[in-house]
Amino acid sequence: MAMLEVNNINVYYGSIHAIRDISFEVNAGEIVTLIGANGAGKSTTLQTISGLLRSKTGSITFNGKDLGGVPAHKIVSMGIAHVPEGRRIFQQMTVEENIEMGAFTRPGSEYAERVENVFHHFPRLQERRKQIAGTLSGGEQQMLAMGRAMMSKPELLMLDEPSMGLSPILVDEIFDIIKAFHESGTTILLVEQNANKSLAISDRAYVLENGKVILTGTGRELMQSEEIKKAYLGG
Amino acid sequence: MKLLRNLDKSSRRNYFSYVLVTAAFLIVTFMNQGGMLNKKMQGLLVPVCCYIVMALSLNLTVGIMGELSLGHAGFMSLGAFTGVVVSQSLMGVIPNEPLRLLIAILCGAAVAAVGGFLIGLPVLRLRGDYLAIVTLAFGEIIMDIINCLIVGHDEKGVHIIFNFKGDKSIADLNLLEGGTAIIKGAQGAVGTKSISTFTGGFILILITLFIIINFVRSRTGRAVLAIRDNRIAAESVGVDVMKYKMIAFVISTTLAGAAGALYGLNFTGITAAKFNFNTSILVLVFVVLGGLGNLLGSIIAATVLYILPEALRQFADYRMLIYAVVLILVMLATNNPKVKNLFAKIIPVRRKGKGD
Ligand SMILES: Nc1ncnc2c1ncn2[C@@H]1O[C@H](COP(=O)(O)OP(=O)(O)O)[C@@H](O)[C@H]1O
Ligand SMILES: [Mg+2]
Repeated sequence: MAMLEVNNINVYYGSIHAIRDISFEVNAGEIVTLIGANGAGKSTTLQTISGLLRSKTGSITFNGKDLGGVPAHKIVSMGIAHVPEGRRIFQQMTVEENIEMGAFTRPGSEYAERVENVFHHFPRLQERRKQIAGTLSGGEQQMLAMGRAMMSKPELLMLDEPSMGLSPILVDEIFDIIKAFHESGTTILLVEQNANKSLAISDRAYVLENGKVILTGTGRELMQSEEIKKAYLGG
Repeated sequence: MKLLRNLDKSSRRNYFSYVLVTAAFLIVTFMNQGGMLNKKMQGLLVPVCCYIVMALSLNLTVGIMGELSLGHAGFMSLGAFTGVVVSQSLMGVIPNEPLRLLIAILCGAAVAAVGGFLIGLPVLRLRGDYLAIVTLAFGEIIMDIINCLIVGHDEKGVHIIFNFKGDKSIADLNLLEGGTAIIKGAQGAVGTKSISTFTGGFILILITLFIIINFVRSRTGRAVLAIRDNRIAAESVGVDVMKYKMIAFVISTTLAGAAGALYGLNFTGITAAKFNFNTSILVLVFVVLGGLGNLLGSIIAATVLYILPEALRQFADYRMLIYAVVLILVMLATNNPKVKNLFAKIIPVRRKGKGD
């Protein structure tokens, strides 16, 4: 049994059919990437897993438990953390308060260790603990959103385009941190347009187009596929 | 959750609110006992307390939760008429006036809580300014309903009829000998025994401050602030958006109901029309001018702007001119950084890192 199993989901925005019969799975300990162009349905897929959107058909199970009908706030406490697209941080709170909000569903137990763990991965955030989060740079905001998600001690971390709009150096830094999270035992479901970087760190990947899975394979296989080279790796 | 340092500044201001309210209460009480207040000023004491509680409670919805409500007076109205019915019908059973006032306020608050919950249930799950539209309609509808209400009390208990067609009167209640009318349709509450006191108003303000200040600092309050700041981020950390908005909104309407009961029991008669759209807007003006989320600002704005038009009646010609000037001054005082700095010097606050 895979940790996360997505079976034949169909998601609509009113009459727009955004996700068409998508199925995939993520095994414990893997890094799995969904790649695809803008509008392919990557964010919609993650939002459906985290309970913000509902599938009309099929099922999603996490560690064998059906997520259908489970409200979004309960899914976080089941062990799935979602870092949404576009750096959704609490602008008016300090860095520290943002991190504290990450533990909303799990206050108490080992709180201090979790904070320490976040600062260990993001020393830059530690330096800016008291800074109002809205004044952070784009890269720092992305780091804060990722650190905040780690505060719920997720088994599965879902990241929606974490490298979007960042300079190459920062992109490298973000991918290093994803690898570090993975090494510390967190399973990763990554959504990216940056196929190069993401395929290189992925165990497996799925290619989405117009709401469908059109190709799947190991990260290495896809990097060598002619189709992928043409569409996503610039030749 | 541990106490957040970023709140230090506002919590100091909050403590100052307790001190200011208590000092003002003591001074006004002394002045009153020394005969320094005329009849008109004495008559304003309880209403001012009611409007301060109204402004504080609306600030919870508008300032802290970040949703617009245009029908806060409707919840005040629920509290007022509930309070009047409860107090009038318990008069024989509970002769002790402060105790009866307390019970009436609790009942008024409870009914307004239910009203807030029923309004919030369909509306708060939606995104967008639906709350403004629905509360606006609620304020008007509740006024129409109360205008149709005929309530009386006799030995057998409380009698209520809805006068939808407009052909019923108090005689249709068939009250027994010795029974009394409490609400007479569009004429409103009549013959109410006025039992509200300035002390009662003062205590209600303190309780309101205590509830709101502690709410904002609680885990629930943090969740509400987080939703206002970034709803998607709040959802992503596992905040149940609907639930926490509902809690804040119901607290807000409950306190409005309590203020309404105190208000309704301050007069021998009130009509539903008193709690119309203009009253809702008046309270909203107190909140906006006092500063969104600024409790001390709400208290000051409500006090100054409620007393002023009354105090200025003798200068009939210049009344609105002075009122306008004061409006602008209050706005400057609560929102202008320079004036704020001046206040900050008078009221020392610990300075913190940038941004707050
Ligand atoms: N809120 C929405 N309302 C209507 N259509 C939407 C909404 N969000 C996304 N879509 C549509 O759903 C499809 C998938 O979008 P999305 O999942 O955001 O793609 P991706 O994340 O891969 O760029 C697109 O066609 C997009 O236009
Ligand atoms: Mg997307």
